[in-house]
Amino acid sequence: MASTDVVKGMARARRSGISVMQVRIVLLVVLLAGWEIMARSGLLYRDVVPPLETIGWALIKLLSSQAFYWNLAVTVAEVLAALAIGGSIGFMTGVLLGGSRFFGRALEPYIYYLGPTPKIIFFPIMIMWFGVGPGSKIAMGAVSCFFPIALSAAAGMRQIEAVLIRVGRSFRASQWQMAMKIYLPAMRPAVMNGIRLGLGIAIIGTLLAETKLSNRGIGYLIMQAYSVFDMPRMYALLITLFAFAIGANAIVGRFGGPAKRQ
Amino acid sequence: MRAMAASSARFLPAAFGLFCLLCGVAIVEGMLRAGLLNRFIVPLPTEVIDSFGRLFGDEQLLARFLTTVQETFYAMAILAVIGIPVGTLLYQVPVLRKATETWISALASAPIVLMYPLFLVIFGRSPATIIVMGVIAGLPPLILKTIEGLSGTRQSLINVGRSFRLTRVQMLTKIMLPAALPTIFVGLRLALIFALINIVGVEFLINFGGLGQLINDLAERYDMPGMYATIVFVILVSVLFFFVTERLERWLRRMS
Repeated sequence: MASTDVVKGMARARRSGISVMQVRIVLLVVLLAGWEIMARSGLLYRDVVPPLETIGWALIKLLSSQAFYWNLAVTVAEVLAALAIGGSIGFMTGVLLGGSRFFGRALEPYIYYLGPTPKIIFFPIMIMWFGVGPGSKIAMGAVSCFFPIALSAAAGMRQIEAVLIRVGRSFRASQWQMAMKIYLPAMRPAVMNGIRLGLGIAIIGTLLAETKLSNRGIGYLIMQAYSVFDMPRMYALLITLFAFAIGANAIVGRFGGPAKRQ
Repeated sequence: MRAMAASSARFLPAAFGLFCLLCGVAIVEGMLRAGLLNRFIVPLPTEVIDSFGRLFGDEQLLARFLTTVQETFYAMAILAVIGIPVGTLLYQVPVLRKATETWISALASAPIVLMYPLFLVIFGRSPATIIVMGVIAGLPPLILKTIEGLSGTRQSLINVGRSFRLTRVQMLTKIMLPAALPTIFVGLRLALIFALINIVGVEFLINFGGLGQLINDLAERYDMPGMYATIVFVILVSVLFFFVTERLERWLRRMS
């Protein structure tokens, strides 16, 4: 039904000479023109809604400053460390819960129901445990990404077809061979999906922690722009941040497809 | 005999899970009392439990909770007024839907919450900033689920509507929206979860509002048992919200 509607709509649009790309371009132009009119109309504070040209110059200035790349490197390092720590603990937890029906039923509900709680409220605890430096930001990111990765790994473990395990055993594969040749390849799509979700949440967790208490990283730069009321710079930072998040998501997504047959 | 075995198979894992949780708490209490963990960083679990009475009395935990609930309610009302009509409009105009659906999906996974300093500039430290952040977080899933729900209407129901020669508006209000209600409810539930996460988070970050602000306040006053107890309270509230709406969703699906 959904696809037929879309196909019909597309056919109608094609007949009337409007393509999806054209609609997207029109929407973008309307959006940008609307912004520019608002900025120049004087209806809103010009400092809050600056003209596109000002944002563009702020973006160029930001991308050509060394300090930006240094802070970006700090954030990227924190996010990667968070993903490595939270992801590996989450993966091991998921394998344990997915591999045992009893443990899964006993402990998985806690992870399932704790998953959608606001993680940033743990930040004061992280500061107490890991200090005000990068440690607490990494811990925030790790706590954030633990839940989706653990749940995805548990689901992936349960989805492994029994026939694959029987094939491995019939070849008398060792535990290591079973893990490397059967379990991990079969779990890959689910685990990669978990990592993709976890990465997005780790970025949010780390950056939110940086906005709350930090003296380095992109979150710190955003709060610095806020404190001096440099709105064009803040918009430029948010644009680069969204591009960074979407880019990171796309990179992980590329590894998440079905395994290629050799 | 078989019923007993089935019942024990059902409750044994849950009992074991609860036992593990209580053991964890007891181990932390023991380690703190033995001096193996620093009491300045981790308070005694018994102190945390004791501080609940003080939180409800002195810190007005219930009033703070109601403030957060009120902000969430306003955010949900705005979400329903914007999200469902936008989803319906996109369903009705397939070319617009095709053009924007990927954008909305991208928005759903984007770190939107990091835009809070921007709204802080526009609205200041006020409930408006918190509510807007909740609305923005909940909008993409609600729009996507509304489209999904309307698209999933059974052809037989649409045929019944056509046989009665219903107008486009009647078809939408009498057939499609009621049929899409369970899926729209899933969207509302997701929107509620996303909005609640953002609302409590932004309350904490901008130090304003209900439960989030209380956690920040207690952390700044170095009231460790109170802070831990409030965090436990927020977790319990979130879990309860999630659990109740999940049951409601299942019930609605069974009814449809």
